[in-house]
Amino acid sequence: MKGPASTLRAELIGLYGVVERNVYLTRRYWVWEFAFFIWTIANTLTIVFIAKGVEASGVSIDVNRQATILLVGGVIWSYLGIIFEILTETVAWERWEGTIEYTFMAPLSRIVHLGGMGVFAIIYGVVRSALLFGVVAFFFNLTMPNADFLAALFVLAVASISFMGLGMMTAVLPLISPEKGAQLGFIAQGMLLVVSGIYYPVSVLPEPMQWLAKISPATYALEGIRDAILEGRGVSQMWGEIVPLFIIGIITIPLGMAIFDRGERYAKQHGKLKRSG
Amino acid sequence: MSRIEPRNLHLTQISPEAPAVEVRDLTKRFRKGKRIRRFGPRIMNTVLDRVTFTVERGECIAILGQNGSGKSTLVRLLSTLLINDGGSAHVFGFDVFTEPRNVRRLVNRVSVEASFFKKMSANENLSYAARFYGMRSEETKRAIPEILDRVGFPNARLNDSMEHLSRGMQQKVALARALLTSPVLLLLDEPTTGLDPRSKLEVQEFIAKVRFEHDATVILCTHDMNEAEKLADRIGILDEGVLLVLEPAEDLKRRYEADTLEAAFFAATGKSLEEDEAEVDDD
Ligand SMILES: Nc1ncnc2c1ncn2[C@@H]1O[C@H](COP(=O)(O)OP(=O)(O)O)[C@@H](O)[C@H]1O
Ligand SMILES: [Mg+2]
Repeated sequence: MKGPASTLRAELIGLYGVVERNVYLTRRYWVWEFAFFIWTIANTLTIVFIAKGVEASGVSIDVNRQATILLVGGVIWSYLGIIFEILTETVAWERWEGTIEYTFMAPLSRIVHLGGMGVFAIIYGVVRSALLFGVVAFFFNLTMPNADFLAALFVLAVASISFMGLGMMTAVLPLISPEKGAQLGFIAQGMLLVVSGIYYPVSVLPEPMQWLAKISPATYALEGIRDAILEGRGVSQMWGEIVPLFIIGIITIPLGMAIFDRGERYAKQHGKLKRSG
Repeated sequence: MSRIEPRNLHLTQISPEAPAVEVRDLTKRFRKGKRIRRFGPRIMNTVLDRVTFTVERGECIAILGQNGSGKSTLVRLLSTLLINDGGSAHVFGFDVFTEPRNVRRLVNRVSVEASFFKKMSANENLSYAARFYGMRSEETKRAIPEILDRVGFPNARLNDSMEHLSRGMQQKVALARALLTSPVLLLLDEPTTGLDPRSKLEVQEFIAKVRFEHDATVILCTHDMNEAEKLADRIGILDEGVLLVLEPAEDLKRRYEADTLEAAFFAATGKSLEEDEAEVDDD
């Protein structure tokens, strides 16, 4: 049949359109991109310096190892920030520019629309995070003799499915609350990372936070990536991280979609798509 | 000039008899402000009250109404951007509220404010927007300069960012964006409000031209009596959410025993349209 095939084709072109638009925006706002990147580097440096600081205070630690652990945390923090920010922008930025109604009245399915934002976010996030990792590792002259970077990237890719699902959930917030939605997105990102052992082992957390760590995809992502970079574990040795990530991903994407859909209906019922208030 | 075929028609299988637009008892309410008491009842504001009308294929109707009469709400309902609180709306036989995907392929819109990514160029804004309607780069590379040329947008400014363009210029790009996807139903929500007289005239002439070339059905919401009379086959008066009449200008004048449309509007509503002409407010 011609119908479904050309519908699929139209959707793929639409997905390309979403990515294309983000590329245009990145190009037009390159000064901001640059400034933001420098800021992230500075921010990550301050964190990685903590390893040196601890050593200077007289505690004997493996500085190279500690610094790498902190660096992975800093990079994942910035990666997640990028994913959440871009997905939340889906609504918030478009409302600000006034294009939101034109995007929402186009015959592009919402899953492809959000998926396109996610695909861009992941590509952009991976490039930025790799650069960040490289620059800071170079600055501290960190050595990672065992590192399996491909395995680390694979873990990040699988984790990104869940991050996208969670991003969809936070993207809905500006839709139902034009004034407060974007702020809530930030809170969600911070909460997620604080329970996931971003700069410390999960075991140091109070017990209730440890329960949350078990369902947070960031926990498994951080563990997996650290194992790959520090111990040189390959994909086949990390099913303990990859399987939970897959399961969380399979749940969060449809859940995120369903939540967004509900939010969109609510917005259309009460006229929140365009108007502020 | 060649007629441009609507895109994706084979996908949607338009029924041959259905009118372009069929609206029955369409009602929309919004919450009005905050609750008086916590958990107290919300005050609802009926913005469209059992609006009923039909638009034939290829027809152009104008809806006249003061600010706040419900014109934009009607356009948003037909664009699948709002969900109704009563009644029904069909576009080429498709239910706007239960089959929005089919409707979206057929409809496009120009609103009073231009609504673009301001840092991006006209070319970039139109490119990605067309992609959402399934147009590939090969198509848009050819079609965008062509359509911008037709609305009188200078090709030299194709890559200037939108924020550097005048309002008149931006509105032409908005018109081009709507036409690029070859809609069979074009919703124009005060497309010339706030434009300088010359741009206004150009846009109006283009709307008239395009109607015939694209064989599009047009719903034009406006403040401007002359514009309505010049472009529309029938003119409707929307007053506080109620569609009072919808008929040819001549019949309208006869009905209210008026010489001009202004006088007919005043006789029908007790209000004048001119007093809020200057406002560029979409609310
Ligand atoms: N999203 C919304 N939320 C609440 N009230 C709204 C919303 N949109 C419109 N209204 C109200 O509905 C009425 C009609 O608005 P609108 O359709 O924009 O009129 P017009 O386009 O004719 O100026 C106004 O009183 C306006 O305040
Ligand atoms: Mg309006």
